[in-house]
Amino acid sequence: MTTVTEAPPPAPAPPEGKPPRRRGRWTPYWLLLPGLLWLVVFFALPVIYQASTSVQTGSLEEGYRVTWHFAAYGDALSEYWPQFVRSVLYAASATVLCLLLGYPLAYLIAFRAGRWRNLIMILVIAPFFTSFLIRTLAWKTILADGGWVVGTLDTLHVLDVTAWLGWTVGDRVLATPLAVVCGLTYNFLPFMILPLYTSLERIDPRLHEAANDLYARPSTTFRKVTFPLSMPGVVSGTLLTFIPATGDYVNADLLGSTDTRMVGNVIQSQFLRILDYPTAAALSFILMAAILFMVTFYIRKSGTEDLV
Amino acid sequence: MKTTEDTSTAGRGGDVRLTGIGKTYGSFTAVHPLDLTVPQGSFFALLGASGCGKTTTLRMIAGLEEPTSGTVHLGDQDVTALPPYKRPVNTVFQSYALFPHLDIFENVAFGLRRRGIRSVKKQVGEMLELVQLGEQARKKPHQLSGGQQQRVAVARALINHPKVLLLDEPLGALDLKLRRQMQLELKRIQTEVGITFVHVTHDQEEAMTMADTVAVMNAGRVEQLGSPADLYENPRTTFVANFLGTSNLIEAEVDSASGGELTLKAGGGKLVLPEARNSAATTTGGRVLVGVRPEKISLTHADDAGEIPGGRNRITGRIADSSFIGVSTQFVVDSPVCAGFEVYVQNIDRDVRLVPGAEVVLHWNPAHTFGLDAGQSLLAGTVGSAGVGTVEEEVAR
Amino acid sequence: MPFINWLKRRLVVIAGLATLAYLLLPNVVVTVFSFNNPKGRFNYEWQEFSTEAWRDPCGVSGLCGSLTLSLRIALWATLGATVLGTMIAFALVRYRFRARGAVNSLIFLPMAMPEVVMAASLLTLFLNMGAQLGFWTILIAHIMFCLSFVVVAVKARVMSMDPRLEQAAQDLYAGPVQTFLRVTLPIAAPGIAAGALLAFALSFDDFIITNFNAGSTVTFPMFVWGSAQRGTPVQINVIGTAMFVIAVLLVLVSMAVGNRRNRRKA
Repeated sequence: MTTVTEAPPPAPAPPEGKPPRRRGRWTPYWLLLPGLLWLVVFFALPVIYQASTSVQTGSLEEGYRVTWHFAAYGDALSEYWPQFVRSVLYAASATVLCLLLGYPLAYLIAFRAGRWRNLIMILVIAPFFTSFLIRTLAWKTILADGGWVVGTLDTLHVLDVTAWLGWTVGDRVLATPLAVVCGLTYNFLPFMILPLYTSLERIDPRLHEAANDLYARPSTTFRKVTFPLSMPGVVSGTLLTFIPATGDYVNADLLGSTDTRMVGNVIQSQFLRILDYPTAAALSFILMAAILFMVTFYIRKSGTEDLV
Repeated sequence: MKTTEDTSTAGRGGDVRLTGIGKTYGSFTAVHPLDLTVPQGSFFALLGASGCGKTTTLRMIAGLEEPTSGTVHLGDQDVTALPPYKRPVNTVFQSYALFPHLDIFENVAFGLRRRGIRSVKKQVGEMLELVQLGEQARKKPHQLSGGQQQRVAVARALINHPKVLLLDEPLGALDLKLRRQMQLELKRIQTEVGITFVHVTHDQEEAMTMADTVAVMNAGRVEQLGSPADLYENPRTTFVANFLGTSNLIEAEVDSASGGELTLKAGGGKLVLPEARNSAATTTGGRVLVGVRPEKISLTHADDAGEIPGGRNRITGRIADSSFIGVSTQFVVDSPVCAGFEVYVQNIDRDVRLVPGAEVVLHWNPAHTFGLDAGQSLLAGTVGSAGVGTVEEEVAR
Repeated sequence: MPFINWLKRRLVVIAGLATLAYLLLPNVVVTVFSFNNPKGRFNYEWQEFSTEAWRDPCGVSGLCGSLTLSLRIALWATLGATVLGTMIAFALVRYRFRARGAVNSLIFLPMAMPEVVMAASLLTLFLNMGAQLGFWTILIAHIMFCLSFVVVAVKARVMSMDPRLEQAAQDLYAGPVQTFLRVTLPIAAPGIAAGALLAFALSFDDFIITNFNAGSTVTFPMFVWGSAQRGTPVQINVIGTAMFVIAVLLVLVSMAVGNRRNRRKA
């Protein structure tokens, strides 16, 4: 039963589970059981298994035993710290780019699109229906050496600047950090746009008028009214972009080179090619812990714990 | 599923009897155990501020809330243990709760179909005619105006010929003009179908306009029950006196009693109170609250005080404020016995001297005086006192 | 100056449309290159116009087999995740029970975890159990990571539902089962449909988790991945373009139908 602390308007009282039909008591547990069991067995349990694998020693032929070999963590970190740093750096750059690119589009759909709103919405979502691998491969064509994109950037001497910054190598874009970040940005952009749009759309347009009426110029209105109100969208958008981008290895593999390998690439090759399970498990566990730590810190900091 | 016996007797069922019915949520008591009988065929209103327990009481009759104690009888049948879908009772919900995925026709036919009735077309058609919505049968609820939705909600409940129709703030979402119109409309329908209506509202004017009997509730208890005129003229508590209309309350001391009349001392003057209209236990020297309604009072400029006939209760004071309403002028008069005395004067012959600052005499027929127990708050039931919200607050909920 | 002002007023629109172009550019390239006739094994450079691939979309061995396998997995995963997720969502919104916080975290965590971590840990479990990698392990994994998304979608819808609607149904003689079938389910349907659609899209397009847990089974994304290493047939672009066009058409048609129905009713 609900505990209603305030008086009657009992709108929140659930219709089921109220006597005289007492049958509701066990219903929630039956409803939860199958799904939660699935998550426990195939999500929570594997994480524990993995933790145990990371402290095992042995070989593929002789089998592995738990030997509390915590050195695996130290070894993994000392050997692969560049990949970790790169992952965070690339993912953070892609997240910032997604925010910068996605915000105007979300704003456009929410406030300026008028009768085009639905069409633009469809165009944002529709690419999802083409396999993201196919679309990522298309970037190979777009950024190809001697293609018009690279040609234009070269003529404008942009490539000189990016090369000096270490983002590109020579007169190439493909197989450089820039290409990987560009691919990551592209792949996770919709995950930024959709939450941004949702929170922008909730803003009453009259608030803009009220701000204008109270002597705020458009730029001030944006800084003092629109942007603060869209914070929930910004927070969930950055999380939805940053988390998968950190663990991604597809973009680094298809658009990058051996110098742009991210931690996902290492885990993938350790697991599927080199078959060094303890190291791979340790890497995976470190990645998980790092992300959970960063996300918790970020959510605390941005003060939107009710977001999840 | 509701059985057919229920339907065959529906509408001719007898009284609604609540016996010792109460509801607590943890340590909070929403409704103190109360007894209440609603006579068959009457239009009964439960009136009170939000949080007074009126909606909980209604929901216990509907079966949507299980009483912590007591029983609910419909006629001779004990329905306390019956779930809502087995009770011959239907509800018009606050904000209507029309099914958004069904059109108007299917909304109205819902109850009939659930009881296994196949040919609903004729009945639904007639019901929609009764509420003047025949043209709208195939529209969805969101395509109708508030007033139309309200009538669909009534039709959807009435078509089942319930023994009792429960209305939970049915007019709360409508604007003032439409609300007045729907009050008359509901009253007409009730007279036409003869079904018992139990109406929950926080609007005292609405309750008084529509109901035969009104129960005023406060803090989970029924304060007073009676016809609208009876409640208005003879309030027995300060809450009722203040919640229904406006009352001027004066603290007084009993001086003497004789010939069915009490003579009281208030300030320097004397007031007369018919014993029959006193609900307080009084002894000579005891205290009592004297009340009088603002429209019962006449206002005479102090210069003309000699013209006031004898035998009337009088109080002197000075006009603090006046507002012109059209049909009447409302004065606020400060007097030694009571600050902020309210007086409504019909605009028949306006005395131009009655402006703020003028010295005046207030006088009224002693028969219009009522007496209340002095042991209660003078302000209970006024706007802003605990448990009483303004109408705006109510609507916002 | 007028030009600067004009630009200033439309800055948001211009920037937004530029982003939209960025989002759509790869799809344009995919479409154009589905008409290419490449010289080598890789379809990255434009050679000459050809409709050959369109006339024979299944002309590459394994391509259409992987596509039907992906569709099959996506359908079953959608069904599983939608049923389990809807049940959880109803329990979360409608009931009070112990360990609510723990349940919520268990739902939230799979969405807050990089795919590669889930993929690697699940593979560890399967290896430990000695499970045969293939269709079933893929399906298990897909239901697992789609579940949370369904819960979120359905929960949002059920939460916004007025509980008075179900009370009204009960008041109008509908028993618990009837109430659920006639009122609760139809009103929650858009949320369930949204969750199912999301689950389908996620499952169909998933690569990372599948890559770890598929063994030698090849889904469509894995086929594309493999061909990126060995040689990309034009048919991949044909399939990609066809899916894009079909999706857009379906949405447009359903919108047109919805619009017309609304207009007729109004």
